[in-house]
Amino acid sequence: MAIDVRIPTILRSFTGGAKAVSGAGDTLADLLTDLDGKHPGLRGRLITPEGGLHRFVNIYVNDEDVRFLGSLDAKLNDGDTVTILPAVAGGALGLTVAHALRG
Amino acid sequence: MTTALTIEQAILDAIVAHARRDHPDEACGVVAGPVGSDRPMRHIPMDNAERSTTFYRFDSKEQFRVWAEMDDRDEEPVVIYHSHTATEAYPSRTDISYAGEPNAHYLLVSTREPEQTEIRSFRILDGVVTEEPVNAVQSYMFGQSPSAVDYECRS
Repeated sequence: MAIDVRIPTILRSFTGGAKAVSGAGDTLADLLTDLDGKHPGLRGRLITPEGGLHRFVNIYVNDEDVRFLGSLDAKLNDGDTVTILPAVAGGALGLTVAHALRG
Repeated sequence: MTTALTIEQAILDAIVAHARRDHPDEACGVVAGPVGSDRPMRHIPMDNAERSTTFYRFDSKEQFRVWAEMDDRDEEPVVIYHSHTATEAYPSRTDISYAGEPNAHYLLVSTREPEQTEIRSFRILDGVVTEEPVNAVQSYMFGQSPSAVDYECRS
């Protein structure tokens, strides 16, 4: 069971500069645990201390955002490609403040 | 790491036009260039998935497609830009916390004044913001032309 994982520039310090690494797992959560064994610290940049997916990253299975695939429970199959990208967001007002205002 | 953003005037004009078109919502996008070149060559306006006057977010599906295309072409995001529509062109706390492309110039455009557009560029690394001058050139083919405009003084 091999999953090809694409690493963004900002996280390549965890993979010795490698742009892509290989991992294994039946779900995204399993894959990230497997990867953290080989690349310590990587998982912590993707998952919050509460165990959810970090809002600063987008993770895709093939070309689908995992937020639409059950997030960390997203199922993986041999030969899938998992792509990690930095979420690009920001703006004049803090998002946290904005979300609080919107209730 | 360079300490200035050098960009073609035509691309800068297109970014400002995009920001003016979407005003009062924030506009956002990318200028791609060959990996390691530090040359922003291909302007890609992006959708603001938030359609908001105070924040922006790239649509995740569109971002995936655009980033995959850059990868295929051996490009990277040389410039990541967005507009502030009621405040100055300076990175907010949110902008800093999200800045995830260490090689990118973060270009901010303020459209708060109808007649004059403020354009400023920043490096954002590990939460540290460093402003840099913006050098607009007519064309990379001719290098720094005599009509180059230095936006540094307009901030």
